[in-house]
Amino acid sequence: MSAVVALCVALPLFASAVVLGVRRLAVLRDVLTLATMAAVTGLAVAVLVEVERNGTVVLRVGDWAPDLGIVLVADLFAALILVVASATILVVELFAIGQRRTPSGADPSVVSPMLLVLAGGVSLAILTGDLFTLFVAFELILVSSYVLLTHQGHAGQVRSGMTYVVINLFASTLFLFGVAIVYAATGTVNMAVLAQRFPELPAATQVGIGLWFLVVFGTKAAVFPLFSWLPDSYPTAPTTITAVFAGLLTKIGVYVLIRFFTLMDLDELGPLLLVIAGLTMIVGVAGALAQDDVKRILSFHVVSQIGYMIMGLGLFTVAGVAGSVLFLVHQIPVKTVMFLAGGLIEDDQGTSALKKVGGLATSKPVIAVLFALPALSLAGLPPFSGFVAKLALVEAGVASGAYVIVAVSLIGSLLTLLSMTKIWLGAFWGEVTPSAVPASSRRSITIMQSAAGIAVAGTLAVAVVAGPLWDVSERAAAELLDRAQYVAEVLG
Amino acid sequence: MIVAVVGLVATGTFLVTSRSLSRIVLGFALLGHAAVIALLASGGRAGAPPIVDGEPDSDTANPLPQALSLTAIVISFGLTLFVLSLARRQQALTGDDLVEDDVEDRRIASTHEQQHAALDETREIEALHDDPEGGS
Repeated sequence: MSAVVALCVALPLFASAVVLGVRRLAVLRDVLTLATMAAVTGLAVAVLVEVERNGTVVLRVGDWAPDLGIVLVADLFAALILVVASATILVVELFAIGQRRTPSGADPSVVSPMLLVLAGGVSLAILTGDLFTLFVAFELILVSSYVLLTHQGHAGQVRSGMTYVVINLFASTLFLFGVAIVYAATGTVNMAVLAQRFPELPAATQVGIGLWFLVVFGTKAAVFPLFSWLPDSYPTAPTTITAVFAGLLTKIGVYVLIRFFTLMDLDELGPLLLVIAGLTMIVGVAGALAQDDVKRILSFHVVSQIGYMIMGLGLFTVAGVAGSVLFLVHQIPVKTVMFLAGGLIEDDQGTSALKKVGGLATSKPVIAVLFALPALSLAGLPPFSGFVAKLALVEAGVASGAYVIVAVSLIGSLLTLLSMTKIWLGAFWGEVTPSAVPASSRRSITIMQSAAGIAVAGTLAVAVVAGPLWDVSERAAAELLDRAQYVAEVLG
Repeated sequence: MIVAVVGLVATGTFLVTSRSLSRIVLGFALLGHAAVIALLASGGRAGAPPIVDGEPDSDTANPLPQALSLTAIVISFGLTLFVLSLARRQQALTGDDLVEDDVEDRRIASTHEQQHAALDETREIEALHDDPEGGS
């Protein structure tokens, strides 16, 4: 079974090399890419089932002792996120295949292999059990994202791509320094051994290391003071790319933040996390309200929603962390599909500026439905998945007596609804604007709509299975907060 | 080694905050070196080489930070090349290697310049901004 865990990482990386080799043969390339991502999703589901039945799966690469070699650890949290992440990349790849004939479409001979590298990096970041491999996984993700963001080479992309690359390079360098600091302090980079030795460090060193990694992972996750690169760079990329970035990259930052902070038991930083969470929610949504372009509004919402996940972590209770896990599972598909819907608007109208688009509810009812469902879910209206996740967080907040953050999160939700209404008024109601799609690309629009449709179905499914999913999240959170069990399973 | 790290970080950070892309690239090269030296320093004092005359010395150097450093060096080398090519592309597009202003910043700045001669480049942004219903 443990070999399957390794395949989740190795298969997409190997396939990306093959796909790069056959990138001129469009049919073979598309079939290979889709088949690989479908296989990875299948493997991830298999891992989840195995973890659910028999507990955490640990793979020691090369059979080295865990404190010397690399370990891959699939616990419930990792397996859950792995399934959602690989399924999301699969849907986006389908969308990308549909989009290639439209004027704003990304070049598929670049996108297909790079998405596979990204998938490999995401799997590695989720599964890895040591800090340095996490650094390598981040670099895999970032290098492919640099290429995906800038490969069309427009002036706007190069400009914002530069900001993105410089910020992330700086964060990566800080990460490397962090690894050096941790190694100097504890003599290990394995997270399980680290979890054992970390409580023995002086309290000030613990907090210092915690703050250091809060900056590193917080930059990736785009939390409050470190988010300004995000709304600037995301909207310039082609839709498919933005959808993957918004759906996955920041969430991977949140994932490692949850992983690191629970494993190192940094609950003295909880109040700080709550403050950051509240500011992230409000500043993000306020930024969204000031925008008038669909993709830019959505980019600010990416920031705002990160706050909710950090809020659950900041509470440091099983209910709070479970809320974060559930929110993560809900956000990845919802964010992706919202950007895909934004992309459909852009491809149909030639622009996503609210001033130039109108009447889509009459002229393009399919897009309207594809946008409306995840938008309501994002704002947290029942019975959608956003409601379930936010309810879980609010209950956890009330149970911990953190009323201020609960109030802030509710205000944030209202403002989110307001900003979704703005998109709806601007783009879907009002005067009908003529479509800018050449008749030749009708077929690819159908593929794109079905890809977005699958993703919408996915977000609805999250709401339908909310009960069992909440149960799984709760157990995952209990596992996360039970550090002794993790240590025993990895080292044992 | 600590002194070297501090010096490299200080110079590197200074260069990264400058506006010229070639300086930013150089700054990242220095910061990368600083991180690698910090990694090496974290492995403790320098020891003897592990394989000399077939007899392992008892006081050998810690190999793990060296392995980590090697990986980090390879990654930073690749990324430096990528940033350089991006800078080259920007030079081809705009004719200089300076970091450009943020779109949002320019849009806000342009509201003050509306009565002045509008540049072709900002005309579209201003048209967006001038809408009577605009809440931005």
